[in-house]
Amino acid sequence: MTAPVASPSATGRYEAVIGIEIHVQLRTRSKMFCGCSTDFQAAPPNSHTCPICLGMPGTLPVANRLAVEHVLATGLALEAEIVPVTRWDRKNYFYPDLPKGYQISQYDLPLTQNGRLTFDTSEGPFTVGIRRAHLEEDTARLLHMTGDSGDRASLVDFNRSGVALMEIVTEPDLRTAEQARRYAEELRLLLLTIGASEAALESGQMRVEANISLRPIGAQAFGTRVEVKNMNSFRSVERAIGHEIERQAGVLSNGGDVIQETRGWDENRAATYTMRLKEDSQDYRYFPEPDLPPLKADPAWLDEIRARQPELPAARRARYRAELGLSAYDANVIVGDLKATRVFEGALAAESALPAKRVANWVTGEYLRLAKGSDAIDALEPAELGRLLRLVDEGTLSGTSAKEVFARIFAGERTAAVVEELGLAQISDGGALETAVDEVLAANPAAVEDIRAGKAQAIGFLVGQVMKQTRGRANAAMVRELIRSRLDAAPPAATAPRRPKGTPEASG
Amino acid sequence: MTAGQDPAITRLRAHEMAAGLREGRFTALALLEAHLELIRDENRVLHAWSSVDEDGARQAAVAADRQLSKEGGRAIQGPAALPPLLGIPVALKDLVVTRGQPSTAGSRILKGFLSPYDAHIAERLREAGAVVVGKTNMDEFAMGSSTEHSAWGPTANPWALDRVPGGSSGGSAAAVAAFHVPLAIGTDTGGSIRQPAALTGTVGMKPTYGRVSRYGIIAFASSLDQVGPFGRDVRDAAMLLGVVAGRDEHDSTSAPMQVPDYAAELPADDDEAAASVKGLRLGLPREYFVPGMEPGVEARIREAVGALEAAGAEIVELSLPHSEYGLATYYIIAPAEASANLARYDGIRYGQSVRGEDVLGNYLATRGSGFGAEVKRRVMLGTYALSAGYYDAYYLKAQKVRTLLKRDFDLAFKQVDALIAPTSPTVAFPLGARLADPVAMYLSDVCTLPVNMAGLPGISVPCGLSEGLPVGLQFIGRAWDESRLFGLGRAYEAITASAEWRSLEPTDLPALSDPSAPAPAERLAAARA
Repeated sequence: MTAPVASPSATGRYEAVIGIEIHVQLRTRSKMFCGCSTDFQAAPPNSHTCPICLGMPGTLPVANRLAVEHVLATGLALEAEIVPVTRWDRKNYFYPDLPKGYQISQYDLPLTQNGRLTFDTSEGPFTVGIRRAHLEEDTARLLHMTGDSGDRASLVDFNRSGVALMEIVTEPDLRTAEQARRYAEELRLLLLTIGASEAALESGQMRVEANISLRPIGAQAFGTRVEVKNMNSFRSVERAIGHEIERQAGVLSNGGDVIQETRGWDENRAATYTMRLKEDSQDYRYFPEPDLPPLKADPAWLDEIRARQPELPAARRARYRAELGLSAYDANVIVGDLKATRVFEGALAAESALPAKRVANWVTGEYLRLAKGSDAIDALEPAELGRLLRLVDEGTLSGTSAKEVFARIFAGERTAAVVEELGLAQISDGGALETAVDEVLAANPAAVEDIRAGKAQAIGFLVGQVMKQTRGRANAAMVRELIRSRLDAAPPAATAPRRPKGTPEASG
Repeated sequence: MTAGQDPAITRLRAHEMAAGLREGRFTALALLEAHLELIRDENRVLHAWSSVDEDGARQAAVAADRQLSKEGGRAIQGPAALPPLLGIPVALKDLVVTRGQPSTAGSRILKGFLSPYDAHIAERLREAGAVVVGKTNMDEFAMGSSTEHSAWGPTANPWALDRVPGGSSGGSAAAVAAFHVPLAIGTDTGGSIRQPAALTGTVGMKPTYGRVSRYGIIAFASSLDQVGPFGRDVRDAAMLLGVVAGRDEHDSTSAPMQVPDYAAELPADDDEAAASVKGLRLGLPREYFVPGMEPGVEARIREAVGALEAAGAEIVELSLPHSEYGLATYYIIAPAEASANLARYDGIRYGQSVRGEDVLGNYLATRGSGFGAEVKRRVMLGTYALSAGYYDAYYLKAQKVRTLLKRDFDLAFKQVDALIAPTSPTVAFPLGARLADPVAMYLSDVCTLPVNMAGLPGISVPCGLSEGLPVGLQFIGRAWDESRLFGLGRAYEAITASAEWRSLEPTDLPALSDPSAPAPAERLAAARA
């Protein structure tokens, strides 16, 4: 089936209405309702299971406190209401990946509701309403395979069964595919910042679903809604939604009706396809879970969680710009990457006198170049970057040498040790430089004569010779000054070099 | 089997067996073998057991004897130093899972299922030194009041082999009544301990919801299910509850409350026990004398009330006005919860598995052949009550009525210390008599299920015979007030200690070992023919 593609003018007649549902696996050591470890990424199938997450007869759930805290922390970060007393519900359906035949979830009383999240888009800041965030348990994983004789089989791996899952649902406030993508990216950053989830789309820790409908521009009533799934990257979120908007516009502008259905995104074909029609939609027969008492969010508990809350991305961006004078671009780049944030903050904390802008340049430049563009393992101790930049600032290290040292401290070494080992410290000590200059002058009488004869360019040659002799460590400006003063025949004692600003007295 | 054992030791009460073991009058192994011999000889005709773990029980008995002989000298001085149930045989209802042992819940769908773990109460019993003999027959998934809904065939009542022992814990009740064990564990969702206790002349208690862990108890209706003891007297039942009760971190609905030493609290002396009712206010709810109640049953209850009054209790007639809605609301809530609790039996991970054309076909074939008719009826009832468009009218309304039922009890307990009522409106009924009429079967629990709906404790104690069959007297208490109910039961035992019916054994015991006597399944088939 080929989807009709709308002409740009057809798309322009409609407004898209988009709501996003995101499931994220929460960062907990054990599963939602049992003690099984969640560290099964490299483990054999069904090795992280117990009678509870296998749905054995007689087993009962016990709620994971940390998972509840993650949802409460998310609610606080989304400026949402925390519902003081909520409960669990059973969502009933039969499927081989659901061992109890019901999923423990939250239906009409989610832990948090009515929040919002603001993020930047190419058209400026946008705020989306958050309808609710609630807690539930993940299902097992199904693997479909065909045997040698051609018979098809489905295998069930229960390692994932019962992992703590948070579902976050927006209001239908989004209007463009870009907004949807930016929302998902900003939410991921928020969850990473508060430590609620690893939130990796590629590994399924974060699953994005979009509800999309179109209505004529200016209309109030919603159109027929289509749910789109299987978007495994932020890029595919934007592409899939953009494609679905075009597809629906095509259907509508040709006088057709959009069918209420669930569609999957096929990344290779760059198209959505029908997964399930609305007629197949199920009655989940939700009812309160009798095996678990109601959940109470005690105010003192909330205060504790609030007190632990780190600085959130929006506040951090604002602070970097207002207090540290970073550009919007630098603030976005650094805050958008948690490791870059850690390096930036750590370097500044170690050397508070450094100009923030200089540190930011190194983080957005050298650091991210190595962290993202190479296979090198990031073992950088942020304070070491601070120490490195102080040496540059003091004139102890040249810019070129600093990059060489950075590659080593990125791999986990100490700035001082690397500079020492490579002998990279710039020679700004007057006595050492005088000795080198005097030796070079003595060895190059012809050049000295040329200079005395007025060929000023020969100074460059002599400076080069000094640099060669000091293996590039000499402070070139000081060398030039020294050569000049020597050739003016002034007494050496009177030519003590000017110390660069900030050089400690004891250096050299 | 140890030759020359005295079968009379099976007639002892559990606390008498405990004393005999400590005094060295017999060994735990001899005690076990005497019981195993009865089970081997009689289970074909009684059919109280669905599985017997002879080897496991012997190991436990030998271990108990080792402990008894090692600490024997000290034990005579201070028996409290030994675990309370050391060497005492105990039966478990076939829905209490034990590691490596069958637990079928009376259902074909769990045929061959061996649990990979122990129920919390199984661990408690083992720590207390109990010798777990095996699993007892029951209505499938505890849905029934006669034990006729077991996939493995019905159980007979030792008082009249052509009658039911009640249910759903009918196997546990019959095993205790027939001296196959002195103690047994049951579960009570709407009366499944108290009603069979009444019909077999045994003592059975349903504790407060949350008193005993449900971890490892195959669920029927999670908000109503509660584990409780059977014994041949109140002290024995109190001893068993004391062992299994208490908070368990695996059951979030189990209460973090202190558990009294129920048995130790009871007066040993009859006069002291009888005197303990003086000044107590006992409420007699008029709604529990239901239409259709047998006159013989009503007569025994009124006599018991009279005896308690004569001993000094104050009897207060009162009303629990919403009782008439108890049955209807129970049959919304219990099936609704059951419809979800039984969804896990899909043939994919354990138990019976029947292949169909596709995934749906597998479900239909497995569940269609694995569940019996009554289970299917209740799963359908529950599914219907939870369905979109019906939820508010059925499930939600039933929960509201449940609140009203609870309030009835709250108000009553402002006036009185406990309630006194019949346990069952009738004595044991003939096999097959109510199988064709589900509502008649459901009415068996009309006096017990409001207690589950309110989460309260209730106890049934024998109070004489009607037409030669046992009648049960029910005491209902405030939440967590099990001690008072045991005290009342013990007091009633003391007041009626010299009554002639107390010395009677179940009428049909001799026929249990008769090789020509039919098995209960044959009796049921004959009754239905």
